[in-house]
Amino acid sequence: MERWRRARRHAAQADWPASPVALVRAEAGRLSLAAVDGAAELAGLAPGMLLADARALLPGLKTAAWRPEADARALARLAAWCGRYTPWSALDPADGGPGGGLGGGAGILLDVTGCSHLFGGEAALLADLVTRLCRQGFTVRAALADTPGAAWAVARFATSAGEPWSVVPPGRARTALAPLPPAALRLPPASCELLARLGLRRIDELIDLPPALLEPRFGPELAQRLRQALGAAAEPLSPLQPVPPWLARRVFAEPILTAEDIARGIQLLAGELGRRLEAGQHGARQLELTLYRVDGTLHRLALGTSRPSRDPAHMTRLFADKLGRVDPGFGVEVMTLAAAVTEPLTALQLVLDPMATGAATGRDDGGALAGLIDRLEARLGSGTVFRQAPTESHLPERAVRRGPPFGAEPPAAWRRAGPRPLRLLAHPEAIEATALLPDRPPARFHWRRVPHRVVRAEGPERIAPEWWREDPARPGSPRDYFRVEDEEGRRYWLYRAAGRWFLHGLFA
Amino acid sequence: MILEELEKTRKPGLAALRTKVRALERGGRPLRVLPLGPAALDDHLPGGGLALGALHEIEGARAEWDDGLVAAFCLALVAPLAAALDGPVLWIARQADLYGPGLAARGLDPARILFVRAGGDREVLWAMEEGLRCRRLAAVVGEAGELERSAGRRLQLAAEAGGVTAFLLRRRLIAPHRAEPPSAARSRWRVAPAPSGAAPLPELPGRPRWRVELLRCRGAAPGEFLVERDDATGGFALAAALRDGALAARPAARGASRLAG
Repeated sequence: MERWRRARRHAAQADWPASPVALVRAEAGRLSLAAVDGAAELAGLAPGMLLADARALLPGLKTAAWRPEADARALARLAAWCGRYTPWSALDPADGGPGGGLGGGAGILLDVTGCSHLFGGEAALLADLVTRLCRQGFTVRAALADTPGAAWAVARFATSAGEPWSVVPPGRARTALAPLPPAALRLPPASCELLARLGLRRIDELIDLPPALLEPRFGPELAQRLRQALGAAAEPLSPLQPVPPWLARRVFAEPILTAEDIARGIQLLAGELGRRLEAGQHGARQLELTLYRVDGTLHRLALGTSRPSRDPAHMTRLFADKLGRVDPGFGVEVMTLAAAVTEPLTALQLVLDPMATGAATGRDDGGALAGLIDRLEARLGSGTVFRQAPTESHLPERAVRRGPPFGAEPPAAWRRAGPRPLRLLAHPEAIEATALLPDRPPARFHWRRVPHRVVRAEGPERIAPEWWREDPARPGSPRDYFRVEDEEGRRYWLYRAAGRWFLHGLFA
Repeated sequence: MILEELEKTRKPGLAALRTKVRALERGGRPLRVLPLGPAALDDHLPGGGLALGALHEIEGARAEWDDGLVAAFCLALVAPLAAALDGPVLWIARQADLYGPGLAARGLDPARILFVRAGGDREVLWAMEEGLRCRRLAAVVGEAGELERSAGRRLQLAAEAGGVTAFLLRRRLIAPHRAEPPSAARSRWRVAPAPSGAAPLPELPGRPRWRVELLRCRGAAPGEFLVERDDATGGFALAAALRDGALAARPAARGASRLAG
């Protein structure tokens, strides 16, 4: 477990003047400090102070508005960026909020179990993390320990500006925690105060006390926090993003910038992911590519496939169309490709399913339909490729719905009603028409300002509104449809509803 | 030019030579054609039918009105392709207003058509080219307002390479003011409405008739045909041949005077 803490990130931003800087919030009609930077702290300022008092102490104090939502967003972005170390990154649930809360700083928890060897050991991983974050302008404290609780405590209470990170060796959490104050156990301020009054100033003094003594005075929380820190009670982390079980990761020795390099990286990742999916007999339905940039930001690209697929060439081609939109920023250090949604896919299915054959096996799938649909949807947007399927409705515009491009359902029968046009206007267009008699087709009509004389006509076909769907406040009128032919031979589908005429479709 | 010279001389002995030259032009591959049904139309076209694995352009006489007509003519060409081949028909358009029940009423199963909604002309043409690379499709149909020369050539090459037939329906609200330069399409058709055929009662609409004009076709002279759609087969039959011989001798002029009306 590892934790680090970020303090007063605003103060360290490069475009800010040299400190002292404080963030100010309005509270109960007064302006008070929400957070202060190092220089301001040295001058004696502390969060919670009134701005007027602070100005009296430090006339040159620069201030900015405290925006907790923006801080929370920035922290979430940072936690997502930490995905370059491990997929299991989470915001610290014990924090009251950035700049405030328990322990005075915002935190991110990372579960690096099994990841540290990728970065040359735990100490090297922590050093790398702290250096990168410092370069981005954050003040960071980090610790790595057996439990989240121990890491939290050590990061906040056993590190200093000169030595901002510390690794607790496995099994040594108790020793590391022993000299720390009880506040390191993530306790509410009231409990800490009471402990201080009782003269309990170190955690090792608490560890030895029987729980029966503590519980009536402090409630179950203290004992629970103690057990969590020592690893006697489990403390699950809920990661920022669900951790996909199918993930391929590639760390580059040098940041890559060009589209060709990124394409090559995708190809390598797709090959690795394909092998893993094959071993697990799964196919990806949704792919997610994440680029971790040098400057601590990340870029995500997600796309879906129409059928489960694990063919590296197919996955690579899907992303190829999107590469133009990828912004590598100052360079990409780490890339991951994850199959966020998968479906079981056996080798046998690949052989039996003619549609998927090309898409999922190793050979080139120039002729496979699934690949084509995926490429089209990748560029034009999902849902742009569809088939028409009938629905049970009398209303012409409701008789059709969009179905998936691959027919999972048995083909339904189309109703045989009266004449239906080849093209149906998205919205019926109002026309000026004159009919000699009611219930008769119009003798002439104006559509798009051009007159048409009706020579032949067929109808009416009455289509009643669907009262069970209508808004009872605005009931629709029944429509009388006519198929008419004008003197040139063009055929239109007109209807009359409530005395007004509309043009709804074009015939051949 | 040589072909047109040969066409004019019309010597029977040259027919074999002409086929040979055409085969050479295509790199020796035999010309695959789709017979359209009416003998007069098929005899007019090179090889006895509509060339497969090529791009064909279809436009309406009144660009803003004849969308239904153009779609119907295109479907009459596509339906036999869909019947003969396994794959679906890719239909790419900006507005997906083709109406399933209308298709079903004409004997074409809407489930055979894979609709693609594209954002603009460029995306329509891109999607057509992608589709033409996929040999599993029965045909590719795109609706676009403009077709640039280079885009047309790309589509024609992709159709030739993949063997899939492509149809480009010209769909626009405003008719162009000047004549467009010929595109790389193998043929170009213009469809105009004509008063319908006989009906049981004189006031009812009869079988739809179209005035189909072959504006340009590689290896064939322009021509004009009055066809009638056959409800039973979904194809069409020839109602009457219009000025066929006269048009053949004339250059492919297109004037507003020949709009159906």
